[in-house]
Amino acid sequence: MKPAITVDSLSKKFGAFTAVDNINFDVNRGEVLGFLGPNGAGKSTTMKMITGFLAPSGGQIRVDGMDVMKQPMQTKQLIGYLPEGAPAYGDMTVTAFLGFIADIRGYRGSDRKERIQTAIEKANLGSVIHKPVDTLSKGFKRRVGLAQAILHDPPILVMDEPTDGLDPNQKHEVRELISEMAQQDKAILISTHILEEVNAICDRAVIISHGRLVFDGTPAKLEAMSRLHNAVTITFAGGLPDAAEQRLRALSDVADVVCEQALNRLRVMPGEGMSIAGQVTRLVRDESWEIDELYVASGQLDEVFRRITTLGGPADAGDLS
Amino acid sequence: MSSTTAIFRRELANYFATPVAYVFIVIFLALNGVFTFYVGGWYEREQADLQTFFDYHPLLYLFLIPALSMRLWAEERKSGSIELLMTLPISTWQAVAGKYLAAWAFTGIALALTFPVWLTVNYLGSPDNPVILIGYIGSYLMAGAYLAIGACVSAFTRNQVIAFVIAVVICFVFMFSGTPMVLDLFQGWLPQPLVNTISGMSITTHYNSILKGVIDLRDLVFFFSFIGCWLLANLIAVEMKKSS
Repeated sequence: MKPAITVDSLSKKFGAFTAVDNINFDVNRGEVLGFLGPNGAGKSTTMKMITGFLAPSGGQIRVDGMDVMKQPMQTKQLIGYLPEGAPAYGDMTVTAFLGFIADIRGYRGSDRKERIQTAIEKANLGSVIHKPVDTLSKGFKRRVGLAQAILHDPPILVMDEPTDGLDPNQKHEVRELISEMAQQDKAILISTHILEEVNAICDRAVIISHGRLVFDGTPAKLEAMSRLHNAVTITFAGGLPDAAEQRLRALSDVADVVCEQALNRLRVMPGEGMSIAGQVTRLVRDESWEIDELYVASGQLDEVFRRITTLGGPADAGDLS
Repeated sequence: MSSTTAIFRRELANYFATPVAYVFIVIFLALNGVFTFYVGGWYEREQADLQTFFDYHPLLYLFLIPALSMRLWAEERKSGSIELLMTLPISTWQAVAGKYLAAWAFTGIALALTFPVWLTVNYLGSPDNPVILIGYIGSYLMAGAYLAIGACVSAFTRNQVIAFVIAVVICFVFMFSGTPMVLDLFQGWLPQPLVNTISGMSITTHYNSILKGVIDLRDLVFFFSFIGCWLLANLIAVEMKKSS
C-alpha cells in the first residue's frame, strides 16, 4: 500500500536562507508520526508545503500518490490541517465558523448539520458554540481548530503543535482525541517540541534540525540512543558502602559508574548495547547492601534530542550512540 | 453552493458581524448628504437631477473604498487565517472572486441606501429617472474599479494602514490620470502613445461619460477590463506569496 504522505527530497529556500534542506520521509496509514525539532528547524515550513500553503523550492510531496502541486484540490480534500496557533475567523461564532468550513467542503442539508454536530462533540465544544472565536480561551481556540480539521473526517491529519500552550488537562484531551483517530486507520502527522508527547502518542518520530533530517525511527529507538539507556541507578540506605563503586565497576558489562555522594546514589552505565540490570541486582543481593531504590532508566529523550539537534546534520547522526 | 459563494457569504456576513458595516454606511450616507446639499449646492441649483450627488462620488470613494478594501487580504495575513483559507480545497481564483464580490455587494448596499436622495428629487420635481439609474450604475462600476485596486494592494501586505495609503494613492492616480497633474509626470520621458493610454485610463473620464445618461459600450469594456486586470494582479500577488 502506498504511504499516505511521501516527502521526497523536499527543499524550501527563503531567499538565501534554506529552511528545509532535502528531507525524505513517509507517513503511513494508521500511524502517528511525531515531527520533532527545535523551534525554527523547519517543521512548520514542511507542514505548510504538505498542505499546499507554500510551494516547495525543490523535491516533491505526494499525498495518496498525488503530487500536491499538480493536484492541489484533490490532495487538500484528503487532508485535515491544524495550522500553528490554530488561526480562525475571530469575529465568527463557533457554529458559523464550522458552518463556513462545511460549506467550503461541499456539505449540504442534514449531512452538513450532522458533520458540524459531530465535530463539535468530538472537540468538546458544546458549551461555547454561540460565542465568537476571538473571545474563547486558548484551549477552546485550539479545539475549534481541531474541529475544523476533522469536520470532513479526513484520512490524513496534519497538526502543527496541537498541544502547544495548553494546560495538562487540555493536553491530555487532545492526545486522547489523536489516539482515537489513529485507531481509525488515519495517517497523522503532528509536530511538537514536547518530547513527552512522542512517548505518549507517536508510533514513530522524525527529527529535523536546521532543515535537515537527523532521525527517523521509533520512540524506543530514540531512547536507546541515550547514554542513560539501560543505566541502573541505585540509592543506598544510610551511606555508600565502601567498596560499592569498585565492585560495580568490576562487573563485565559495566562501562562506567558515576557517584553522587551527597544523594548516596550510584549511577551505573552499561557498555554499548548491554543490559546490566541482572548483574547489578545480583551483586546487590550477594553483598546484602541496604538500598532505598534501584531502577533501570529507559533513556532520556531530551538528552538525545539536545545532542542530535545541536550537531551538524545527518552525517553526525551515526556517531551518537 | 460553490466555494466562491461560501466565501462571498462569509465575507459579506462578516461586515455586519462587526461595526465596520454600520460605521461605513453611516459615514457614507452622511458625507453624501453634506456633499450633495451643502458643498454641491443642490437646492441653489434648482434643477431636478442628481448631478451634484454623483459629482462628488469619485472623491468620496477615493477615501472610503480603500478603507473598505484594506482588510480584504491584509487582515487574513496578519491573523494567519489565510493559511486556513488557502489550505481548504478552493482555488485562488475562487478566494479572490468571493472576497471581491462580497466587498462590491456591500458597496452596492451602501449605495442603494442613498435612495432617500432619489425620493427627495422625485418629490420636489420630475427628474429624468432613467438618467439617474444610469448614474447609479456608473457610480457602482466606479466603486468596483476602486475596490479592485484596493483588493490587489491589500494582497501585497499584512499591514492595513499601508494597504489603505497605497490604495488611496493608486486610486488618486487613476482618478486624475486624464489631467495634467498626473500626465505631466509621464510627459517627456514616456512615448506619446503610452501617455495617451494613461490618459485614457482615467476612471473619472469614463464615469463622467456615463453620467451624461448614456451607457457607452466602451465605458463598460473599460470598467470590466480594469476590474479584471486588477483582480488578476490580486491573484498573482496571492500566488506569489505562496512560492516566496
